[in-house]
Amino acid sequence: MTFIQLTNVDLVYGSAGAKEVGGETLAVSSANLNIALGEFLAIVGPSGCGKSTLLKLIAGLVRPNRGSVTVDGLEVTHPLKTVGMAFQNATLLPWRNIRDNVMLPLEIVEPYRSRQKQDREANRDRAETLLGKVGLSGFADRMPWQLSGGMQQRAQLCRALIHEPSILLLDEPFAALDTFTREDLWSVLQELWLFRKCTIILVTHELREAVYLAETVHVMSSRPGRIIKTSSVDIPRPRTLESTFQPDFVDLVHDLRHHISLGKQH
Amino acid sequence: MQRLAPWLATAAFVAVWWLCVVIFDIKSFVLPSPWEAVKAIYQFRYPLFVHGLATLTTTLVGFAIAVAFGMVLGILVGSSRLAYSALYPLLVGFNSVPKAALVPVLVIWFGAGTVPAVITAFMLSFFPVVANVATAFATIEPELLEVMRSLGASQRDMTLKIGIPRSLPFFFASLKIAITLAFVGSVIAEIVAGNSGIGNVMLIASSNFNIPLVFAALLVVGFMGVGMYAIFDFFERRMTSWSIRGAGAQFAGGG
Repeated sequence: MTFIQLTNVDLVYGSAGAKEVGGETLAVSSANLNIALGEFLAIVGPSGCGKSTLLKLIAGLVRPNRGSVTVDGLEVTHPLKTVGMAFQNATLLPWRNIRDNVMLPLEIVEPYRSRQKQDREANRDRAETLLGKVGLSGFADRMPWQLSGGMQQRAQLCRALIHEPSILLLDEPFAALDTFTREDLWSVLQELWLFRKCTIILVTHELREAVYLAETVHVMSSRPGRIIKTSSVDIPRPRTLESTFQPDFVDLVHDLRHHISLGKQH
Repeated sequence: MQRLAPWLATAAFVAVWWLCVVIFDIKSFVLPSPWEAVKAIYQFRYPLFVHGLATLTTTLVGFAIAVAFGMVLGILVGSSRLAYSALYPLLVGFNSVPKAALVPVLVIWFGAGTVPAVITAFMLSFFPVVANVATAFATIEPELLEVMRSLGASQRDMTLKIGIPRSLPFFFASLKIAITLAFVGSVIAEIVAGNSGIGNVMLIASSNFNIPLVFAALLVVGFMGVGMYAIFDFFERRMTSWSIRGAGAQFAGGG
């Protein structure tokens, strides 16, 4: 069953929402994507290929110049409210402690917003349970700058998930971290997904990350970004670091690598 | 050492002032020694108190209007690119106008007295507030705005939950500049067209060649300025401690 659908989507760079598609640079060109409910999907490609733009299109932060984006059968015309987002920078609010940072969406998204006062205690518990799931129990009262980069990213994941969004959009969330921290967070994210089963779209340029985490990997060519290859990953869950050394894993990464090279010449 | 530093620097300044007066044998109607200035403060303590209070009131009224006006305009200019490009040149131009030259015009409009002084204090001090608040709002990380927009946050949510807390350190920094400028504004207006206030005291004292009193009045203004600065500094430390990563911080290691 298709949950998110992109049909022939074009986006002209720097003119989000503009009508004409003239001789300007296309960021995304005739993108077609079908994403099932609860799917974990990764989009890989060279930097600047419009991967992040694809996420913004799905979130409704930009409108396509041509084609359509639908979520749950409805055309996306304004920012969706059932979305959680996480970026390469943790973007935590430096004046709030970790717990209050995680609880930010509950102050904005309905129905939590109007029930804030009476659910204060329950919400705090939710935040702390979620923080515990990513290995941050006991850090709720710390300020963001007291945490390392990896810990800030864990907190950011909690903030993206606290309002139980149906879609989680991740824009290179682990790109600024060292390899060991990153690999730790892969397993954290996999656990969160197995536990929540929301639809996750992960944009990354790290192929091992994509194969480790996703069920389907799409390869995008360099600008104008178009999807040139789709692979499904049949490696059983839960995947571990050990899986990344198995021949089928390595073959898949190798194959994706090859298609990215093709996409660059393209 | 850091606690003592401001006192030491001030003491050094007074010492240099005093030495200059002694070494070059400067007459007190040209430059009084610090001691003569302090004596003048004591001798004229009653008028200095009354007029100091008048200046303080005038300054604070002008300053309060400047802060309120500056914050609103700063939020507007910082949140909207259109407002920024439309208003910023105008603001810079306005700020370049020497306000002292406007005092006589204000007197024609409002008569001599407190009103021109309040307006001058306001005109001199609102710009740093606007500029700082606008900068804070204009430099919010785009990703943070995307997180907020993707949650369906309204413009009001973003202003209240992101913009205002984020602008507080900038805001307090601007208050410390603005309050000193407000003093400059009100004293200038009092000198040009006042019938009360420290500026008025200075005008009368210098026309009587009572230079020690002029310096006594200057010291009083200086003290009031430092006092207000200290008050804002105190509130800044309490309200924006998150932006000062000082001592006592705990660092958590690991991933």
